[in-house]
Amino acid sequence: MGSYILLRVLATIPVMAVVAVIVFLMLRLSPGDPAAILAGDQATAEDIALIRERLGLDQPLLQQFVLWVGQLLRGDLGSSIYLNRPVLGLILERVEPTLALSVSTMAFAVLLAVPLGVLAAWRAGSWVDQAIMALSVLAFSLPVFLIGYGLVIGFALQLDLLPVQGFVSLSEDPLAFARHLVLPTLTLGLVYMALLARITRATMLEVLNEDFIRTARAKGLAEPRVLILHALKNASVPIVTTIGVGIAMLIGGVVVTESVFAIPGIGRLTIEAVLQRDYPIIQGVILTVAGVYVLVNLAIDLTYSALDPRIRY
Amino acid sequence: MSVSLNASAPAAPRRFRPARLLRRHPGAALGGLVLLLLVLSALGAPWIATHDPIEMNVIDRMLPPGGDYLFGTDAYGRDLFSRVVHGGRVSLLIGLAVALASTVLGLALGVIAGYFRLADAIIMRVMDGLMAIPGILLAIALMSLTRASLWVVVVAITIPEIPRVVRLVRAVVLSVREQTYIQAAAAIGTRFPRLMRRHILPNTFAPLIVQATYICASAVLTESYLSFLGVGTPPEIPSWGNIIAEGRLYVQLAFWNILFPGIALALMVFSINVLGDGLRDALDPRLARRL
Repeated sequence: MGSYILLRVLATIPVMAVVAVIVFLMLRLSPGDPAAILAGDQATAEDIALIRERLGLDQPLLQQFVLWVGQLLRGDLGSSIYLNRPVLGLILERVEPTLALSVSTMAFAVLLAVPLGVLAAWRAGSWVDQAIMALSVLAFSLPVFLIGYGLVIGFALQLDLLPVQGFVSLSEDPLAFARHLVLPTLTLGLVYMALLARITRATMLEVLNEDFIRTARAKGLAEPRVLILHALKNASVPIVTTIGVGIAMLIGGVVVTESVFAIPGIGRLTIEAVLQRDYPIIQGVILTVAGVYVLVNLAIDLTYSALDPRIRY
Repeated sequence: MSVSLNASAPAAPRRFRPARLLRRHPGAALGGLVLLLLVLSALGAPWIATHDPIEMNVIDRMLPPGGDYLFGTDAYGRDLFSRVVHGGRVSLLIGLAVALASTVLGLALGVIAGYFRLADAIIMRVMDGLMAIPGILLAIALMSLTRASLWVVVVAITIPEIPRVVRLVRAVVLSVREQTYIQAAAAIGTRFPRLMRRHILPNTFAPLIVQATYICASAVLTESYLSFLGVGTPPEIPSWGNIIAEGRLYVQLAFWNILFPGIALALMVFSINVLGDGLRDALDPRLARRL
């Protein structure tokens, strides 16, 4: 058990190393002179030379990489070209809205998707199942901005119930914080919920075919007990795994949703950085997000092996 | 994996019959029909469009739907219907190009990973790394490094999609290569290229077609997201994402500029996804239970 935990923790290192190499090489291997691309169309030769020097692009590739990784390991994500400030600080400033939206979306989606998926699997083939599945394919196919603007026009502009856009910090005004999060959460939650409901249904269908479910029913257990204590508990591992892997998709959706609702989070930071060709920020965001993804999935894996006695490596 | 004597050969892929698809999967057939209409309107865009999609007509700006302008006009007085019809071409082109490119590249890498131990270790680590980066973020980063063009968008969307295909193909190759009929073929001296082409690759086709369909839907959506964020298809091309990105600036004055391209986009993605579900049920019952 102890060695499994150690191995699993060590396994995150190559993944992060690959992410670092990808992020590093992307800029260096892009067609053309990266310094000239980052400097933009109106740049003078001095601007380009300055950027080249600041990013260390004038040094040999391997030396650049070693220096850069050394900085990363000390927690230094570099400095923004445009704002001339440490990238880590810029990311931390913008983390609250993104974190809030991700967590509320996740909670909304899981709370709705799991019961719907269980219901669909329980009544597989019925009209309830077909309706839930058809709606989930539909929700899965709707572009985030269509849902987003639909909700804004309906609830914010027409009915005037909720704020149109923006974000208020939790520490500033908890009520306004919650009110600003409702529409973005609904927008993104619908898409994410559709994905989770499909997975829940598929896994539940498999488990419901198992012998121990028939045994449980034969013993005369009440159906809710069979469904939740016997079936859902056994289906939870693949479902939770999907939630973990789905974080990558969730963050992608957050970027778009932040843009629809003008939420000043990490997604907006990234887009601003792209428009200003501020590559150190883009690079820092990718490394941070990938790090979060890897850590969450590590936590999920370790939790299973603690909770499920069948998982032993 | 040990080889057991009674290992059954995988079921031969069933022949694809449209009539049966229609009977068993009415939803998929409906999806296919909607998609067909969208494809036809994209192909016939120059003839279907009632106006020039980029011609500005300032007097007629922000007209509501109706009359001469079926879907209304945008802030420059351009005919929205014609722009939406033309936008379908961009979405379809990008969807197909990404599906094709990621399938071909993923197939090649997956086969190599499934067959050669050393390459497997390297390829799969790279794929793990790619999968840790959200696809949209990776595409945004790639877009920031070059001057935007349609082909750069295709590349930027393709790269994050490759790992899914590699994993799928690798899993199929790994399970098939241990089957007795492959060992028998190898034992009678079948050379590697033929073994691959005749005996291993056909097993990947059914799941690959299904996967390619989903990738196509996801690529259409991703292109619109990138364009919406202002880092996608060059703004002078009327793609659905670009029309929506422009329309959002005056959503309160002329919401139809978001509504119609948005509905067209949703219809296309929905019909491709539904078609994918139907194909999955028809071609690969084993896969059907997984998602």
